[in-house]
Amino acid sequence: MTLNVSQIRKDFPILEREIRAGVGLTYLDSTATSQKPLVVIEAMNDYYRRSNANIHRGVHALAEEATTMYEGAREKIAKFINAASARQVIYTRNTTESINLVAYSWARANLKQGDLVILTEMEHHSNLVPWHMLQAERGIELDFIPVTEDGVLDLGMYKTLLDRRPKLVSFTHMSNVLGTINPAAEIIRLAHEAGAITLVDAAQSVPHLTVDVQALDADFLAFSAHKMCGPTGIGALYGKTALLESMPPFLGGGDMIKEVKLRSFRPNTLPHKFEAGTPAIAEAIGFGAAVDYLSKIGMDAIAAHEHEITEYALERLEEIPGVKLFGPPADKKGGVAAFTLEGVHPHDVAQILDQDGIAVRAGHHCAQPLHEKFGIPATSRASFYLYSTKEEVDLLVNGIYKVKEMFG
Amino acid sequence: MDDLYREVIIEHYKNPSYRGKLDPHDISFADNNPLCGDHIQIDLRVGTDGLVTDARFDGHGCAISQASADLLMESIIGKPLEEVKKLNKDSILEMLGIDLGPVRLKCALLSLKVLKAGVYGLGEASDSLVE
Repeated sequence: MTLNVSQIRKDFPILEREIRAGVGLTYLDSTATSQKPLVVIEAMNDYYRRSNANIHRGVHALAEEATTMYEGAREKIAKFINAASARQVIYTRNTTESINLVAYSWARANLKQGDLVILTEMEHHSNLVPWHMLQAERGIELDFIPVTEDGVLDLGMYKTLLDRRPKLVSFTHMSNVLGTINPAAEIIRLAHEAGAITLVDAAQSVPHLTVDVQALDADFLAFSAHKMCGPTGIGALYGKTALLESMPPFLGGGDMIKEVKLRSFRPNTLPHKFEAGTPAIAEAIGFGAAVDYLSKIGMDAIAAHEHEITEYALERLEEIPGVKLFGPPADKKGGVAAFTLEGVHPHDVAQILDQDGIAVRAGHHCAQPLHEKFGIPATSRASFYLYSTKEEVDLLVNGIYKVKEMFG
Repeated sequence: MDDLYREVIIEHYKNPSYRGKLDPHDISFADNNPLCGDHIQIDLRVGTDGLVTDARFDGHGCAISQASADLLMESIIGKPLEEVKKLNKDSILEMLGIDLGPVRLKCALLSLKVLKAGVYGLGEASDSLVE
């Protein structure tokens, strides 16, 4: 089960670079975006060098090849999350667009004034703002599962909220700040019992854990390639077939139609109904290569490695006077350590760490309401992935001591 | 790095001279840096001759944003509002005495954007005010 991390690190060309003369890279920002292994970069390169053509309607050899590669990647992605059919995997630009697709298509067709949508207090802006927009347009109601002081969802309060018969429960599988892994299967089961549809923001979970959409019984599940060793510009929305089939199209244009007349159109079947225009073909192929890469290593082994690093990191960070950690203990969270350092703004922490080539993120991490809840404007966040090492955690800890000295 | 965290910046961050609020005031405006949620409020008193007689900033943010706010307040007291309107990105960089990348530049310029939006009576502190 243990990963050969030194071997894995060789798969990622960027990890070899110097950030400035004599200073290597300590990349602790994979929650924002992961680094890309050579196999992913080359899969996209090869497509452009050898197979570039527009997909679907073409009959020439290149068009056929490109279509096979593009649709082949969809099959791999479907298998990766254990979707029953690749037709249930819609390519989008990213998690944000996947959530917006549900908000524009499913929600606008199914929600009316006064209908309740339940979210949580730990959502990323991408699972807040689309619902704020719908609230302004439709007059839907929003309510939120509270986050406890320990950084987990208050499921007792959730059950109370369900008494109000929500139409949709949309929640993050893993918090991008606290790292909390939410009990998705239970949240979904309870939602279904109350008659609600569920949408899982899996941007942080699919890259780091084994996610099985059928075991979860998720109605919709959204994720992005770039957080899981794939390229930017491509993501996916999984949906149950009956739901996807009942939904009106999202964007209109080429590829999403079966037939067009001057004054009317008939939409295409799944998944193409939701994929208007020439898509990100190379990126989809890169997404497929990323899924291959992660599958080969094994998601359970990756999760176990990240757990070990996170446990070590929390332990070491906790020792530093003035450091305050946010989120639950290591056994309830993924590879994220968000913290504040007394008397020093997170921006300054990140800037000084950067001098030693240590990349962490500083700010509200697109989760402003969560930070407000904890009474802080911002945190510094170190995050880990399959290529992270304990030595990197040590470098981070030494770097924080340096910051303390500078602001001492 | 030694450049970026020059002593003057750490000093103004830790011991700002112009942190606080003015009550009463003639102009008051506040806004956020959308990238990090940093928040700055600026209060001004302006004499009948159009000169800034007092200025304070309040809020929270990194060393760069807080130090530049403090230096900015110091620099505008006694100046005519018309001159305040002419301040731009270069004026702030000159005060700080450092060069900044695009992300940290936003931190440094937040106070000037808030100040100018207040002086012009605008609803929002926008980038175009400091270019």
